[in-house]
Amino acid sequence: MSDTATAARPTKTERRPADRPPVSRERRRARREARGAWTLLGPSLIILGVMVGYPAVLMVIQSFTDYTVKNKVLGTLPNFVWFENYIALFSESDFPAVLMRSLGLMVVLTILNMLLGILVAVLMTRLSRAWRIVVSVGLLLAWAMPPLTATVVWGWIFDTQYGVVNWALNTMTGTSDWTNHSWLLNPWSFFFVLTIIIVWQSVPFVAFTTYAALGQVPGEVLEAASLDGATGLKRFGLIVFPYLRSVLTVVLVLQIIWNLRIFTQVYALQSRGGIAAETNVLGTYLFRQGIGEFGTTAAIGVVMVVLLLTLSWGYVRSTLKEEEL
Amino acid sequence: MSTQINAGTQLGTIGVDEVLGEGGEPNAPKKRSIEARRPSGKRIATRTMLNIAAAIVFVMSVFPVYWMVNMSFTPNDQIISRDPSFFPWSFTIQNYITAWTREAAQGQTDFPHALATSVTVTLGVLVATLLFAFLASIAVARFHFKGRRAFIVSVLIVQMIPGEAMMFTIYGMIDDWRLINTLLGLGIVYLASVIPFTIWTLRGFVAGVPADLEEAAMIDGCTKSQAFWKVTFPLLAPGLVATGIFAFIQSWNEFTMALLLMKGYNLTLPTWLNAFQSSSVSGSVNWGAVMAGSTLIAIPVVIFFLIVQGRMTGGLVAGAVKG
Repeated sequence: MSDTATAARPTKTERRPADRPPVSRERRRARREARGAWTLLGPSLIILGVMVGYPAVLMVIQSFTDYTVKNKVLGTLPNFVWFENYIALFSESDFPAVLMRSLGLMVVLTILNMLLGILVAVLMTRLSRAWRIVVSVGLLLAWAMPPLTATVVWGWIFDTQYGVVNWALNTMTGTSDWTNHSWLLNPWSFFFVLTIIIVWQSVPFVAFTTYAALGQVPGEVLEAASLDGATGLKRFGLIVFPYLRSVLTVVLVLQIIWNLRIFTQVYALQSRGGIAAETNVLGTYLFRQGIGEFGTTAAIGVVMVVLLLTLSWGYVRSTLKEEEL
Repeated sequence: MSTQINAGTQLGTIGVDEVLGEGGEPNAPKKRSIEARRPSGKRIATRTMLNIAAAIVFVMSVFPVYWMVNMSFTPNDQIISRDPSFFPWSFTIQNYITAWTREAAQGQTDFPHALATSVTVTLGVLVATLLFAFLASIAVARFHFKGRRAFIVSVLIVQMIPGEAMMFTIYGMIDDWRLINTLLGLGIVYLASVIPFTIWTLRGFVAGVPADLEEAAMIDGCTKSQAFWKVTFPLLAPGLVATGIFAFIQSWNEFTMALLLMKGYNLTLPTWLNAFQSSSVSGSVNWGAVMAGSTLIAIPVVIFFLIVQGRMTGGLVAGAVKG
């Protein structure tokens, strides 16, 4: 690169009027700066290129082949099968069902997280300082728990034999109907428990973000509105909400993406007694395909990446606009 | 869900200070003045309702955490009981001793070794990601060059690519390099997954330190590198600590790729915990020890999480409202 730079420079300066040498110095400086910048970017570029860029391209190629572990062991080349993997995926496998299940779960989780998060945020603005500290500490603890640890603990709370939930339900109803009630065996109650775990961990993020945004709503505007006779809900809908909209949009997009990517909680609950085949979401479905049919798993991966990138496009765009690069 | 923590900062994580501080106060007085016009009986009722709601939120949030700690200090015969004990009256630390010293089955890992694995991978990723991302963020925030914008956009997009979707392709690559079931293999995978976020966040911190400061130091006789190390770098330290902690939390909590790449003796803590708890299907699991192990795994994350929370404020929330 430096060779071409020095070789190109004389001819350019010759063409330029002699009384403007600073331009060429500027240009040389710019070149040196660019070279420095790319050197600094080097390590990160190499890692991202090798560990993200390369496998992404490789995965797309693999998804059009019948590449299996046999090819890998024998060192033979797989055949190019065009869209066969995709067609089989959507017509002959559980994948459509898993996809619909994931999307449905995502919708439920996103709605619950957003609603409860906003409610808690509004609640926090109306509390005294002491109560607000208490609520924040609780939310922070829930937020900070590692996902797997949280799932193990919740799994124990809903344990079939010794779970505190079954005990509480027995005590409340005064019966022993709930003794040895298995929460994870039935897919519906499996997803009920899963929803509780994920909502418990996700609400703090929504609540804190919304709360911070609420603090930015100018007080005078609210004051004016209430003097004009706007009450509770009306004030929230007409004045506060428009202020929150941009923050809430970003939070919403992130929620949609995260709720589609859940893996740890589902997998850990499955290994405590859920029926995997009936409770798989995209991530666990892919994982349980196992090592072997690389063509098929690559096709699943491509569908997931395309889906998630499409959904996160709004986030990427709004962040870029926000940041004024 | 560890990504969740991360993108949190991207949104400009709200510090405890902000939550606990005067952030919400501007709204409060007005509410009070409106309420003051109502009959005081109704006001007290509203206040009571709000406080009850707050108490419910608090109990719901804290209960599982409390339950984990409670169980970890309760003797095993009282854990395996139809009547749960709500407070560890017969306090014991036996569960922690068991979790720590329990002999693993043949070829499986025990807690101390899983801890060593997790600490090694996490620290390695932490150092490498801070170094790489630091260099990259300086290039992006301080240099003007062609392709700068393209690089930032691609970092943002790469951050949105779900790594777990490519798990088997990555497995194939790592396998080709003979790095399956090695700390190095897992570390490289983690490094690639935390770098985009770290670059993105550090970029903000570097851009937040005015270049004028450096120039002023250079006028006062510092060389360019002296100006950087003596003026800019100390101002960046909080940013490095905060992003480092996020990289730490993400690697510490990561589960999917560890499950795929690591086997038997080389499990990390989360995969060790999952193996530990799922042997419960056969009914032989020591739940007190599982809870003690869970607590031990959670403690560093919770501590670090609280530190970062207090340190990082502002960001997108302010920007987005400003619109």
